Amino acid sequence: MSDRPIATTRSAAGMPTGKLAVWWVVVSEIVIFGGLLASYIMHRLAHSDWGEQAAHTNTWIGAFNTLVLLSSSLSAVLAHKAASEGNGPKAAKLLWLTILGAVTFVTVKGFEWAHEIELGYTITSSTFWSFYYTAAGLHAAHVIAGAIIMGIVAVAAAKNRELHRVELIGIYWHFVDLVWIFLFPLLYIAK
Amino acid sequence: MSEQSQAISETGDGHGEGHVETNYVKIWAWLVGLLAVSVAGPFLEIFWLTMVTAFGIACVKAWMVAKHFMHITLEPRFVGYIVMTSLVFMLLFFAAVAPDVMNAEGTQWVKPSWLGQPE
Repeated sequence: MSDRPIATTRSAAGMPTGKLAVWWVVVSEIVIFGGLLASYIMHRLAHSDWGEQAAHTNTWIGAFNTLVLLSSSLSAVLAHKAASEGNGPKAAKLLWLTILGAVTFVTVKGFEWAHEIELGYTITSSTFWSFYYTAAGLHAAHVIAGAIIMGIVAVAAAKNRELHRVELIGIYWHFVDLVWIFLFPLLYIAK
Repeated sequence: MSEQSQAISETGDGHGEGHVETNYVKIWAWLVGLLAVSVAGPFLEIFWLTMVTAFGIACVKAWMVAKHFMHITLEPRFVGYIVMTSLVFMLLFFAAVAPDVMNAEGTQWVKPSWLGQPE
């Protein structure tokens, strides 16, 4: 009997089980973030005065972080390509580059939040700021989780092991990028 | 879009052999270009244009990421169906809850003042 995980060896519904599981994670995350963003949108539409509070968010910081995430998605998909070609060490290097993007994103977000809190805009300041910190915080938690998992995958990939996982973490990472693509205009542009 | 080269990839990753390989750097460049447009849009101070450049472009960018980076169109068709189902659930949630949030009163109900009145 093989000691390899079922997710690696069994194919269900026309795709490896592990990949199927990642897609189910993505779908459940769509519902989580979708509910949160839909709630924000309906409140934002009902309260035009939120625009004045949104004016205090820094568009340039948001744009920079968008650029960081888009670039990290590029390195993630290039890692998948390298893994597909059987080049584990190259895939690992690209995954570490993606992790660097995640660290940059979270660091910038940390400085951004520290500045906003210093100005008195905290999670209890108003409903807008409650949504702002909840949505951006939940997203940042996903970035941190993704980076940790990516590190584990990168360590194995460097030894040419479990290369299929490079694609799996990639799908998750691109979804995290997708969420930010919508958070950016909602929180930083619609003022 | 012409961002796809014709190189043939044998990925062995479940997508099957012979799928068209994408020029990922070119896709990234498109995404960065669209980001620049979405940032520049509000400077024109035209409301509808800001909405288009912000949210229209967000939808385009999301599709590009899903198609070219997540390869959703190369997955079995049911993956697209379950993703669409989750989006429909989101719309149902919005349709069911938004009237209560966005209106101050309705048939036989008035929103309590402590909830904050919509404008």
